[in-house]
Amino acid sequence: MTGKIAISLTVNGEEIEAHVTPRVTLADFLRQDVQLTGTHTGCEMGACGACLVLIDDRPVHACLMFAVQADGCVVDTVEGLTARKAIADLQRTFHERNALQCGFCTPGMLVSAYGILAAGGVPEREEIRDALSGNYCRCTGYEAIVDAIELTAKQRHQQAAREEA
Amino acid sequence: MNAFAGSLDRPNSYIGRSVSRPNAKRLLEGKGRYVTDLVLPRMLHAAFVRSPYAHGRIVSIDTAEAAALPGVRAIFTGKDMAAICKPWVGTLDHFRNMKSPPQLPLSLDKVMWSGQPIVLIVADSRAIAEDAAELVGVEIEDLPVLADPVEAMSAEPMSEDMGDNTCFSLALDNGGVDEAFAKAQHLLEESFVFGRHTAVTLEPRAIVADYDASENRLTAHHATQTPYQFQDVYSRHFDIPEANVRVIAPDIGGSFGMKLHVYHEEMAVVGASILLGRPVKYVADRMESFVSDIHARDHRVTARLAVGEDGRISGMEVDDVTAIGPFSSYPRTSAVEGNQVIRLMGAPYDFSAYRANLSVVFQNKVQTSQYRAVGHPIACAVTECMVDAAARKLGLDPFEIRARNLIPDDSYPRKSPTGYQFEKLSHEACLSRLKSIMNYDALRREQAELRKKGVLRGIGIALFVEITNPSPAFYGIGGARISAQDGAIVKLTPSGEVHCSISVTEQGQGTETIIGQIVADQLGVNRDRVRVMTGDTDTTPHGGATWACRGAGIGGETALQASRKLKANVLSIAALILQAQAGELDIRDDWIIDVATGQQRLSLAEVARIAFFRSDTLPAGTQAQLSVVHHYAPQGYPFAFTNGAQGSLVEVDPETGFVKILKHWVVEDCGRIINPLLVDEQIRGGVVQGLGAAFFEECLYNREGQLTNGSLADYLVPMAYEMPDIEISHVETLTGDTELGAKGVGEAGTAAASAAAMNAVNDALAGHGAVLTQIPMTPARILKALGSI
Repeated sequence: MTGKIAISLTVNGEEIEAHVTPRVTLADFLRQDVQLTGTHTGCEMGACGACLVLIDDRPVHACLMFAVQADGCVVDTVEGLTARKAIADLQRTFHERNALQCGFCTPGMLVSAYGILAAGGVPEREEIRDALSGNYCRCTGYEAIVDAIELTAKQRHQQAAREEA
Repeated sequence: MNAFAGSLDRPNSYIGRSVSRPNAKRLLEGKGRYVTDLVLPRMLHAAFVRSPYAHGRIVSIDTAEAAALPGVRAIFTGKDMAAICKPWVGTLDHFRNMKSPPQLPLSLDKVMWSGQPIVLIVADSRAIAEDAAELVGVEIEDLPVLADPVEAMSAEPMSEDMGDNTCFSLALDNGGVDEAFAKAQHLLEESFVFGRHTAVTLEPRAIVADYDASENRLTAHHATQTPYQFQDVYSRHFDIPEANVRVIAPDIGGSFGMKLHVYHEEMAVVGASILLGRPVKYVADRMESFVSDIHARDHRVTARLAVGEDGRISGMEVDDVTAIGPFSSYPRTSAVEGNQVIRLMGAPYDFSAYRANLSVVFQNKVQTSQYRAVGHPIACAVTECMVDAAARKLGLDPFEIRARNLIPDDSYPRKSPTGYQFEKLSHEACLSRLKSIMNYDALRREQAELRKKGVLRGIGIALFVEITNPSPAFYGIGGARISAQDGAIVKLTPSGEVHCSISVTEQGQGTETIIGQIVADQLGVNRDRVRVMTGDTDTTPHGGATWACRGAGIGGETALQASRKLKANVLSIAALILQAQAGELDIRDDWIIDVATGQQRLSLAEVARIAFFRSDTLPAGTQAQLSVVHHYAPQGYPFAFTNGAQGSLVEVDPETGFVKILKHWVVEDCGRIINPLLVDEQIRGGVVQGLGAAFFEECLYNREGQLTNGSLADYLVPMAYEMPDIEISHVETLTGDTELGAKGVGEAGTAAASAAAMNAVNDALAGHGAVLTQIPMTPARILKALGSI
């Protein structure tokens, strides 16, 4: 149980070599070993979405995965997405629309929203609500979050249309 | 009073303006600093061994194997804590005859609920502490479990010294009830059940306690709404001078009332840090949260309503039995909710014959206490369901029966049927606004059309009254050391910027933002030049902090008055420098201006530079006071009541019992709105918590007192897909008790959402012989009401 295993992975664009005990989750590894505390744990059973990170560009629950399973993976957290400005527009609309209160669900929401918007197009509100069904927020009542994602989708769509023209 | 302009067309007019939250950017980048994230040098981690039984006697505890595990640094039991911690008792003096057993961090001999902490393990990591907890052997002789409040009322006392299992009882009688019922043409009676639910903040409870024996100093990094209350608690119960106790509440991942109560785990962790002289961290995991965070509600209410042929209510009688935990919570007790339930009944309506009985009963479940909208959802649902029942009986429209009964907007000030003093409410305005924003008549037509096709749509409305801005009448007069006042320090920095530290606290609702708006507005500076800080007992004045919707009304008024004081001081120095009269000067856009001409005379930065660095150039005897401390305690009415109306549109599937919530409307009157964006989001979040209670959330216990759905996979919370869009409108009736005129808004959404939803479901089921009087309205309960199962 205490024997450590060597792993190497890319976190937010940086190569990381570490020795971890097999039972350490990716969420705990990111928070405690790499000190990326933007990834939160709210239920530790994959129900609340606070721990969502990108693994090879897809949203994954970091609480449901062991750190050893991320060996060789490319991991992006909210900090990395922020640094490379991949979600700057989402963060702006979330801020302007007040689509967060306590902020504890927000990194997971942003990772979900990144995934929703990666599909392209402008999803219907119902589709956004459906896609957020794995993200628990106790503060906002969700409407502002749906508004912010919808607005960002429209902005990206317009931007893409302008660039095409 | 309301003596300030408040118009939005002048520079720096921020009161009433939708602006985003400066402190939200940090959270959006994953740079929040929650207690959960905190790591201190030489910090240890705590885990607890908990009782698997709801009631039992501890026979023996064997910690030898756990202590031998590498990385375990200490193991504490009840005796260790009893030696350094004074017991606490959760009673208030103004609740006469209230009783509750004394409590300690870890149980000494008896366990009273399943999940009660017995042993504390402190280790190098949480994982090791949890491993060790599994190695502790605790032998418990189980005792009969009281898991039903009605049985508990007549059962042997679970705490021998208490005499019986009633924590508190209260009877109200405004007179005339028997006459009203004797004369009434229609009598309605209904029984209601309100399930237990809990706050489920996304960040669980968390504390890092850091005791330094060399200074006899305790620093607690504590995820709480009320740092000053905990400074007092830690000081008194661990016998550390108050000035040596510092409580820091950094970013908090949600609270809603849950994180302002004293918990056994936090007290034990403080005790452990004192005993070890090292920082000790505890973060509840989700399973622990469900069995140790306060639960709320758990009321059984029987209500009777006397109504005339004209639909006028003439009397109401209510009996409420509420089941708390094995003791009353500390320091706010577990009796406040029941008290507010029976005092808020019938609050919007114009009748006086009212009688009520309240019984607050102990049982072997985790403690209950104040959670968002304390008592309001129950009083509102009972009242509004009874009014709808009367409307159905008399064939009146729900809007019509309310219009006939509500307290007219021009009849204030006056008292509620239960004796609350109302300064000024706006039921008529809110009800008519609700009707128009719902497009009610069109909804009814659509409902009738769909009904022909077998689609069961329901429309429900509810009026509500909310308690905000509490005076010392809430806790202070009951002997609790919980402040009703707040304090602020507002200072001009040497560069002419502004710093405000204030005792109201932030949990994401936007406290720091609105305080910044008020300070900037009142001083005449740009908002981005005001820095607000909260949540640290060492750097902010003592105050009540944030609860009972007091942040805007009391904290905001504190900031307003403090800012005006600073402004007067700044202008007096500026007048000396400019050889002008202070009355001829004002501050606008960070400049001292001439009032008559609007001409810029001197920058604030220059005033500050001279005052701080060139005081030699000021007239002899001048002492510039560019930092002010100001406290404000509410006076006048004991509470600032707010009011509003909510509407709900649902569709019930009679085959499955599933309810689709289609839309929700809120008209709310919280007095002066400081930031419409934040106010609307408080209401939306509150509504969704109310809808969660209405349809999903319930802590389910079996006969043995075991919580059977204590995880986020089993306990249902509202998620995005199930929730509707929520339309909001406002009426603004200012309170005259303050210059700001603001009342509170944080609990309004929760207060009436479940009542409106219940009325909507019952409206959908009308004609099917089914009436739901229990929440949550689960599919099974709906099918049962329909007679399908």
